[in-house]
Amino acid sequence: MAPSIGTPVRRKEDYRFITGQGTYTDDIDRPGQLHAYILRSPHAHAAIRSIDTKAAAGATGVVAIFTGADMAKDGIGGLPCGWLINNKDGSPMKEPPHPVLADGRVRHVGDPVAVVIADTLGHARDAAETIEVDYAVEPAIVDAAAAVKSGAAQVWPDAPGNLCYDWGLGDAAAVDAAIAKAARVVKLDLVNNRLVPNAMEPRAAIGEFDRATGEHTLYTTSQNPHVIRLLMGAFVLHIPEAKLRVVAPDVGGGFGSKIYHYAEEAIVTWAAGKVRKPIKWTAERSESFMSDAHGRDHVTHVELALDADDKFTALKVSTIANMGAYLSTFATCIPTYLYGTLLAGTYTTPAIYVETKAVFTHTVPVDAYRGAGRPEATYLLERIVDLAADELGVDPAELRRKNFIARDAYPYQTPVALQYDSGDYFATLDKAMAAADYAGFEARRREAAGRGKLRGIGIATYIEACGIAPSAVVGSLGARAGLFESAEIRVHPTGSISVLTGSHSHGQGHETTFAQLVADGLGVPIDSVEIVHGDTNKIPYGMGTYGSRSLAVGGSAIMKAMDKVIAKGRKIAAHLLEASEADVEFKDGAFTVAGTDRSKSFGEVALTAYVPHNFPHEELEPGLDEQAFYDPKNFTFPSGAHIAEIEIDPDTGHLTICRFTASDDFGRIINPMIVSGQVHGGLAQGIGQALLEGCVYDKSTGQLLTGSYNDYAMPRADDLPSFALSTNVTLCTHNPLGVKGCGEAGAIGAPAALTNAIVDALKAYGVRHVEMPATPERLWRVIQQNHPAQAA
Amino acid sequence: MQKTVSLTVNGKPASGTVEGRTLLVQLLREILGLTGTHVGCDTSQCGACVVHVNGEAVKSCTLLAIQAEGCDVKTIEGVANGDDLHPMQEAFRDNHALQCGFCTPGMIMSALDLVKNNPDPSEREIREYLEGNLCRCTGYHNIVLAIKAGAAAMRGDPVPSGGHD
Repeated sequence: MAPSIGTPVRRKEDYRFITGQGTYTDDIDRPGQLHAYILRSPHAHAAIRSIDTKAAAGATGVVAIFTGADMAKDGIGGLPCGWLINNKDGSPMKEPPHPVLADGRVRHVGDPVAVVIADTLGHARDAAETIEVDYAVEPAIVDAAAAVKSGAAQVWPDAPGNLCYDWGLGDAAAVDAAIAKAARVVKLDLVNNRLVPNAMEPRAAIGEFDRATGEHTLYTTSQNPHVIRLLMGAFVLHIPEAKLRVVAPDVGGGFGSKIYHYAEEAIVTWAAGKVRKPIKWTAERSESFMSDAHGRDHVTHVELALDADDKFTALKVSTIANMGAYLSTFATCIPTYLYGTLLAGTYTTPAIYVETKAVFTHTVPVDAYRGAGRPEATYLLERIVDLAADELGVDPAELRRKNFIARDAYPYQTPVALQYDSGDYFATLDKAMAAADYAGFEARRREAAGRGKLRGIGIATYIEACGIAPSAVVGSLGARAGLFESAEIRVHPTGSISVLTGSHSHGQGHETTFAQLVADGLGVPIDSVEIVHGDTNKIPYGMGTYGSRSLAVGGSAIMKAMDKVIAKGRKIAAHLLEASEADVEFKDGAFTVAGTDRSKSFGEVALTAYVPHNFPHEELEPGLDEQAFYDPKNFTFPSGAHIAEIEIDPDTGHLTICRFTASDDFGRIINPMIVSGQVHGGLAQGIGQALLEGCVYDKSTGQLLTGSYNDYAMPRADDLPSFALSTNVTLCTHNPLGVKGCGEAGAIGAPAALTNAIVDALKAYGVRHVEMPATPERLWRVIQQNHPAQAA
Repeated sequence: MQKTVSLTVNGKPASGTVEGRTLLVQLLREILGLTGTHVGCDTSQCGACVVHVNGEAVKSCTLLAIQAEGCDVKTIEGVANGDDLHPMQEAFRDNHALQCGFCTPGMIMSALDLVKNNPDPSEREIREYLEGNLCRCTGYHNIVLAIKAGAAAMRGDPVPSGGHD
């Protein structure tokens, strides 16, 4: 059988989606199901004087109404944060409570206040409109940089100055010394704009309670059902794992926003136990905007020091990161260990220091969104490198090459904790520059100028840390979880195979990629391999899918389980072939005595395992079903170079992306079609951040101004170009597949490449930096305010 | 106020008792059990709910169920001919034009409407036509390829390769 690894196998999961037969959470109806509507705060900050539910309780169809007081009576806990960050002085971060339903005060627009449960959603919503909440509105703060200033409204009394933590990493003294004797220091202030993830499927949850068995079930739109079972069961509802089943069926995209344990999951699970009927809640899109965790929202000052040979000698970064009103599940590790540790990028900068102040504001919690820390790191690094090239008058590609980590320098220890195992930044940059015809750009710029257009080109190189992560390492850094993955390979008597994985597919195509691994590894047809995921009652355990970890960690667990299956199969085959186990080879789906034609097929061995008439019972147990846990040895380090070429119409500020070229190193590629799709999607989100998307709160009232698709610009088909992609492979050295991960790369490289292209296009206007999103209005204003006559 | 709506859905008579405020998409999903049509927003922007009403692409979240009285409605469930996929469905699979699958039914219904009116659309025409359909996974690159390939197959022309071989 020809190997499937490395080939564009069409996706096994597609049939159900293209025929409308997917099963998303909101598609599920449980017998006797009721509907929940959540009443949310219309204010950014207010004390709740009273909640009057009398009229609502008597409304048509209403079964129950619950508030935070009802949950408190039942001893329901708050939503936990999964990562403890320590301050520079070693003291722990401020970790305020995160009530499921408001505890007498609301802290952002959309904060849940009460839940109405009724026979129909319409009745629940009608009743909610009659609930009278008496709010005493108080001043709100939404802007991260303003939150640390004196006189700012305070979110938590126990977190003075709105400070959650003040964290640092690196050698500050070495950085200051290098800056003091540098030939040049380049400085920049920049903002990494706040984004709303906007998976197309809104979040949904169905809670159910079976009085006969005492089992609670939660169907939910989650990237990691076992993590939800652990967090909700142990910290919030106090239900033991054995009595709590969490099912994440087909999930319509996540991008990070469906990692976290959300209030609504706890509400429907708990309330279903109270009313003894299943309860469904589905977010309206406007609820998604005000209750899904947001992404990014950094304000940063960066300084890059260079010597007389244009070598980077130090990097100093100071960031204020917005946490929102509460700490979401992994919020605290994003602007620290997934950000500061990436600031060496692709470069040999010997001294790096980064400090991050995380602040509370009266906004929706901020957590990981596609890239999670790495786009923020890449953006500032690639902007400051471009600015340095501009100040020095050198080609930005040349300055990058001069400072790249050498091809023979691996393993490479950075000054910010990470050790890169492999990479070749020269190769991806060369490939991208050739594909983008970088050399021919100036002719295209002149041609565009002849048409009155401003054309620019921008490069961004990036490194990311994926395959999250060695449990012992993350544990030492404050993680309150291990980050291994589990797999079980259940070979059935007739040779068909169920693979139970703790990874969760919500668009990534695991049902195909993982099946390719097993089909090739066991020499069986891909159609005989079924991938099972998303149900805690079926899967042994799992940490889920995020951080581009599924193949590197989940796939490695599958490889490990497969090794165990083959090892046991070899013993069974040796018995059947009356040969020594050491002489039996497994290849192409057959166990063969080396150097002979004596052989048993994988199917024969599987059948023998379950019909063990002729079987080495004294040595082996019947069955062929193996489980493995894989804990990664290191992060993986995908890298690449992205090049954007754009044109701006100076009269209108309208921007056109003429070309977008990406060359990436993801290690070994299992399914190139799926990998390309992941890059396309990441690029679209990165381009969205650079040109279109920005979450805006009103600074005086704390109202969410971008609360729907009418106000928040999602990238549409005619905003985007077709993409030119290529890959260069250096293998990951520490996982069995040599894979690195590809899910986030596009979102990491694209924002810096586009902003660099924009600043390049506006060179003649003396523009040093343009903030994201570079909307036509913003570009038009920049052009108006910087007439070329004033250009430097 | 409750009212019974009678209509044709995917070639078969169907009816349901609805409130005045019930949307066509709610009738399809919640009463008729056709959950292939999705709801992705509340401002008629995302296009996950696109169905065909009397042969025209319509966002079923913008139509009241009672407005569909007597109409001929086609949903994603009615696109394939039994087990035989429609060429546009094949093209979506062959070109990896879907990832999470949530926007896919609306995308396919919109693509069919485009090709009905423009049997050989250019990339630019496809991108402009898809203004009303949001996808967060694919960056639209492969959706554009799929619609070109699906249109070619529907014309009976050679199908362009999606570049995935």
